[in-house]
Amino acid sequence: MQLTLEFGGGLELLCDSVKSHNINVDPQDGEEELTMKNLLSWVRTNVIKERPEMFMKGDSVRPGVLVLVNDTDWELSGQLETVLEEKDNVVFISTLHGG
Amino acid sequence: MEKTAKPKSRLCTLCNEKRAALKRPKTLEQICRECFYTVFEDEIHRVIVDNQLFKPGERIAIGASGGKDSTVLAYVMSELNRRHNYGLDLFLLSVDEGITGYRDDSLETVKRNEIQYGLPLKVVSYSELYGWTMDEIVKLIGLKNNCTFCGVFRRQALDRGAALLKVDKLVTGHNADDIAETVLLNILRGIYSPNAYRGFAREFIKDLERMRPRAILDIIKSGEDFRISTSTKMPEQGICERCGYISSQKWCKACVLLEGLNRGLPKLGIGRSRGINNEHNTNTKQANGTQSLQSKQCGSLDF
Repeated sequence: MQLTLEFGGGLELLCDSVKSHNINVDPQDGEEELTMKNLLSWVRTNVIKERPEMFMKGDSVRPGVLVLVNDTDWELSGQLETVLEEKDNVVFISTLHGG
Repeated sequence: MEKTAKPKSRLCTLCNEKRAALKRPKTLEQICRECFYTVFEDEIHRVIVDNQLFKPGERIAIGASGGKDSTVLAYVMSELNRRHNYGLDLFLLSVDEGITGYRDDSLETVKRNEIQYGLPLKVVSYSELYGWTMDEIVKLIGLKNNCTFCGVFRRQALDRGAALLKVDKLVTGHNADDIAETVLLNILRGIYSPNAYRGFAREFIKDLERMRPRAILDIIKSGEDFRISTSTKMPEQGICERCGYISSQKWCKACVLLEGLNRGLPKLGIGRSRGINNEHNTNTKQANGTQSLQSKQCGSLDF
């Protein structure tokens, strides 16, 4: 499944200062769907290069990191349970880095 | 390709037409992007009108760092001034601290704001105001305490820039998280060393918000409602004997720090060390006013 990820507000510094990533990720073995929970764990392993604790806390993002799925706050789509589809656009913005 | 929102997301509760894009922490309403702009701008307009913040014909400087808060402020001020005919003369005021590679990008953002909103821009630099760039200060004092110099100098640089522009008022943009953090730090610093708790306060606030989104606004409200004990000596607004800018002491903090730099005693004015003001003032507890909104670390990732 092809997805576009974008990192902003300082989070790009955790992935070699690259803001936009085109990725290819598939549901785990035995799973039919890819959820945000799966994606976050994949991102932590494959995209984040340093200080993962700045990005995640437990199995979710750190409080203060905004998550948008197709320009909509993930609070409205079910947060970790949000099911991703082909060509979805996922944006992570830290609000913790200055104003 | 424009992807559509997930099926779970509902229609905006205000217009009932567009898909909701966010859940407003303040009200928990699910609203669309356009309605968010409308309610956000209307609320600010109400605050300006109800508190009679401006008078027609006034000159107003907008503190502009190029960050998100001041960019929103510059947009909202120019938009409301136009929409509601406030009759204000608006200016952008930026501070160049002289940190190589730090301010360059954000000053570019401010220059875009200048063009986009048609607001004249004035940039004042530490180098011209104080004779020291932050790079030079860091070379002398190292990375410890440099945020004190940067924060104190920036606050006064805004005052000086405002005087150069001959404005009546200066507006600065802050977000609710920062203000709630300041309220908490002001409580904590009466008890603990403030810097030890800086990271903690922010994380604590964001954890509270996750449990109860209104918590941030509630902390601000409680800060506004503090009762100050009648025996507490509050700082009095006066004029610095040395530079003439605002100060609650004989010498303002910027002059004390500058004196230290120029005399090769950069520790002067940092922490509890004795300085010019303490010779006549043994009450160090109320010495330096309130926790500055500007004093959080800004050059590093302040997660």
